[in-house]
Amino acid sequence: MDKASNSRIDNWPYNIYEVLKDNKIKQIAFVPDAGHKDLIDYCENDKNMNMVSLTSEEEGVGLLAGAWLGGEKGVLLMQSSGVGNCINTIASITRACDFPLLMLVTMRGEWNEFNPWQVPMGKATLKVLEALNVNVSRCEEIYNVSDTVNAMVGLAYKTNSINAVLLSQKLIGAKDFKD
Amino acid sequence: MPKFRLNRRHVISKLLKERQDSLVVNGLGGTCWDLASLGDNDFNFYVWGGMGNACMIGLGLALSQPEKKVIVITGDGEMLMGIGSLATIALKNPKNFSIVIFDNELYGETGNQKTHTAYSTNLSQIAIGAGIKNSSIISSEEELLLLSSEIHKIKNLTFSQIKINQQQEEIVLPIREGSYIKSRFRKALLGEKILLE
Repeated sequence: MDKASNSRIDNWPYNIYEVLKDNKIKQIAFVPDAGHKDLIDYCENDKNMNMVSLTSEEEGVGLLAGAWLGGEKGVLLMQSSGVGNCINTIASITRACDFPLLMLVTMRGEWNEFNPWQVPMGKATLKVLEALNVNVSRCEEIYNVSDTVNAMVGLAYKTNSINAVLLSQKLIGAKDFKD
Repeated sequence: MPKFRLNRRHVISKLLKERQDSLVVNGLGGTCWDLASLGDNDFNFYVWGGMGNACMIGLGLALSQPEKKVIVITGDGEMLMGIGSLATIALKNPKNFSIVIFDNELYGETGNQKTHTAYSTNLSQIAIGAGIKNSSIISSEEELLLLSSEIHKIKNLTFSQIKINQQQEEIVLPIREGSYIKSRFRKALLGEKILLE
């Protein structure tokens, strides 16, 4: 894709990538995810970003605590099911030490979901994050993705707070298992 | 006659005797008291919670500070809880990172229940299988001295499973306010101006 097509307003993954780049986000912790596929590709092509593929999402929570100890900012990319895997680490390391944390979560289990096994964790994601006093913003529409991510990066790293952006299934498109 | 000869307090004092400005992260429990037993140090990050994540904190630190040596010292039980992280660490392969396991085959903080290493699990083989080539079991003084002379060098990612005896040692508690431990570490490593950012 060339620069012009990348920069279109409807290419929200590219717009998130630009926000991460502009905010000097260095360590990109991720569990491979269809919703984040394009963003992961853009970050992988940026020599200044250090991609860390995780076997499970809570590894990213520890990783980004260590990154901050060493002076680097990072982001954790995952699906809503991954939030469930992270909970104790967020509470017992990030919250216990007031580390900053930015999570970008692609939602499953809502908006025309096909797989019933995704619904329980999808339904619980917001409540679980709120139980840990995480700041949560939800994006339903393309036009506010980039501003929201930018604001949440700022909030995380200016105030040592824990922040999640939930990218709704309406925004990313429901997986139909037919492709 | 104990199954293994090496004593944990002897091992940690040998390993960190020449630490200079190496950055050290412990796992929660026994290895935290071991690290504290050597006296306080601004370059210690004392982990008191989040079992299974000590090695990942070490990885994030090692990637952000490639010129500094990062050493994680944790127990067999703590390592088992985050065993997948060895695959993640092997993939990144930072040469300034060493993992040391104090393996007494016990969960010492919860009543000395046996861990999987007391039965069939071989952590150093798991590390090799994960892709960490420099992985070994250490059970003699000679091997310990060799590791101590190498561990502060920036050479290769290493994994050392040290078989220690099961002797109970005095519990030495370090500071435990996480926010303070974090900020003190960052100030020592990154300079006082970092606290104004």
